[in-house]
Amino acid sequence: MPSNSLSEAAVLAGPARRRGHRFGDILFAGIAQASGLFVLGLLGAIILLLFLGALPAFRAEGARFLVSAAWNPVTDHYGALVSVYGTLVSSVLALLLAVPLAFGVAYCLTELAPGWARRPIGTAVELLAAVPSIIYGMWGFFQLGPWVAAHVQPVLTASLGRVPGIGAVFEAEPGNSSLFVAALVLAVMVLPFIAATMRDVFLTVPVMFKESAFGLGCTKWEVMRHIVLPYTRTAVVGGIMLGLGRALGETMAVTFVIGNTNRISASLFAPGNTIASLVALEFPEADQGSLHLSALLALGFLLFVISFVVLAVSRVLLRPRGRN
Amino acid sequence: MSFARIALVLMAAGVPAAGWAEQITGAGSTLAQPIYQKWADVSAKATGVTLNYQGVGSGAGIKLIEQRTVDFGASDAPLQHIELVRQSLTQFPTVIGAVDMAVNVPGVSGDALRLTGPVIADIYMGKITNWNDPAIAKLNPGMKLPDLKIAPVYRADGSGTTYVFTGYLAKVSPDFKSQVGVAKQVSWPAGQGAKGTAGVAGAVKNTSGGIGYVESAYATLNHLAVAELRNHDGKFLKPSPAAFAAAAATADWAAADDFAVDMNDQPGAKSWPIVSTTFVLVPTNPKDPARARAVLKYFGWALKNGDKAARELQYIPLPASVKARVMKSWSAVAVQ
Repeated sequence: MPSNSLSEAAVLAGPARRRGHRFGDILFAGIAQASGLFVLGLLGAIILLLFLGALPAFRAEGARFLVSAAWNPVTDHYGALVSVYGTLVSSVLALLLAVPLAFGVAYCLTELAPGWARRPIGTAVELLAAVPSIIYGMWGFFQLGPWVAAHVQPVLTASLGRVPGIGAVFEAEPGNSSLFVAALVLAVMVLPFIAATMRDVFLTVPVMFKESAFGLGCTKWEVMRHIVLPYTRTAVVGGIMLGLGRALGETMAVTFVIGNTNRISASLFAPGNTIASLVALEFPEADQGSLHLSALLALGFLLFVISFVVLAVSRVLLRPRGRN
Repeated sequence: MSFARIALVLMAAGVPAAGWAEQITGAGSTLAQPIYQKWADVSAKATGVTLNYQGVGSGAGIKLIEQRTVDFGASDAPLQHIELVRQSLTQFPTVIGAVDMAVNVPGVSGDALRLTGPVIADIYMGKITNWNDPAIAKLNPGMKLPDLKIAPVYRADGSGTTYVFTGYLAKVSPDFKSQVGVAKQVSWPAGQGAKGTAGVAGAVKNTSGGIGYVESAYATLNHLAVAELRNHDGKFLKPSPAAFAAAAATADWAAADDFAVDMNDQPGAKSWPIVSTTFVLVPTNPKDPARARAVLKYFGWALKNGDKAARELQYIPLPASVKARVMKSWSAVAVQ
């Protein structure tokens, strides 16, 4: 009897409950959809506003804006070439330095390090991500920059700088601020993002796969090369793109160490400029309604486009091989 | 019962206080921020005006006062007369500041190094690149100058200090005037940029062979090595409050529109060559006259009683005649 009345109650309560559910479902779906659309709309509004703000500069300079190395608030001529160059070179160089290191960290943490060492090393890498960028900037300015100028640059200039053809890349006047120092600081900053992503995805590889490979006589490196990396390829590239995205947009730390010079030099040891750094420095003093302000907004728009292209390229790279 | 009594006491204490304290807001020049805040601290008791000042940079300060977001704007570079009329603003100077050349030459006592405006212009244009250049050696007979590259440092962020400095170089070097020009931001042919005064000072300190321009107040407070400069009369001077005041006194205030006087390279044996004022912008048609009255009350107090505080922070007070003219100019503000 008690069980019977209980099920009866359940039957009675059922439809009412479900109706409540349905209302909740609709409400929740509505909110979720609205959130999704809101983000899309917000992104569109930002791009549109940036573009509208940038329009006077695009009109005044035309296509020259993309290829001109001028940035002169006195004569009111602006070009994006120097800062786009600096942004791309410092970010790509940072990735070239950070990716092998991050892979080493992740490989060591998942395969090589003894159990007791994994946690402290992993935590240390994660803590690197928690350091505010201004701290990296100051470290680069006071320690890394002078150290590179005193110890790294003379060695590279004296050795690689003499090689015909590529020598110019390493030849420069001694200075504490350069694209190279900026790339070093950026490399340290993006390292934890890439390393943490790699470690996490390496751990998702089913043990069965690895054990099987070991069973066939593979070495640790062969397992990494032929089992783990192919299995996690998508996520690894995703992690690298995450790092690239951070490097492209990093402002504060780069401002400290890049030298903020609007000149293109063949040398990595010459000072340069990046989009984010230039905009942050000049925005507060750009007069309302001036072409200068519009040119800064145009740079912001370009950075948006660059980030978008990076994202799109990574999507293409990440497409499963079988489909095409 | 007791609660009602406490409430009554609170009201009795609170009402007059609320009517007495007036809050004003200002934004702009970072150069002037220390003195405006100091004046606000010292004057609050006498005037009942409390100031909320944001050092967001001169350009941003101009933007904010044009939008009437703040009660006054502060800029190191003066606005043109036509711009003032269009935006219904009036401008007046508050204190005088100077610019020093911080130098870092190993083996040479920076304070003893002598430079001239044209030589500095050539350094910043990349024409003089070594410390043992004959042009520098000629100014410093008997000094052993090292064979070392000069690393000029400039402000990478837009800055009133850059406006003053480029104004001076353009005045003494025709080449600099035609090739670089005068602005809060220019396209520098040589050197590298650093953020803020502290950034420039740090970069000079960090780089052997470095030279940079910094506000005098900052250089003094941080004991930077600063070069002697040759003034208009051909005399080499160390930067000092007396030398800044001499330049301010010889400037032709009567001839300047809206107090936009050029104090660079003034004649006089004791005049420091790179000197400038910092300006305040106030609407002539304030939407809230009571707040405009409070702004003028605050600056009125500062001009009458603020000299000591200004000197403590290494600023130079305005000459008395200029103060009188400033206060007279306030009749343009509709405070009723």
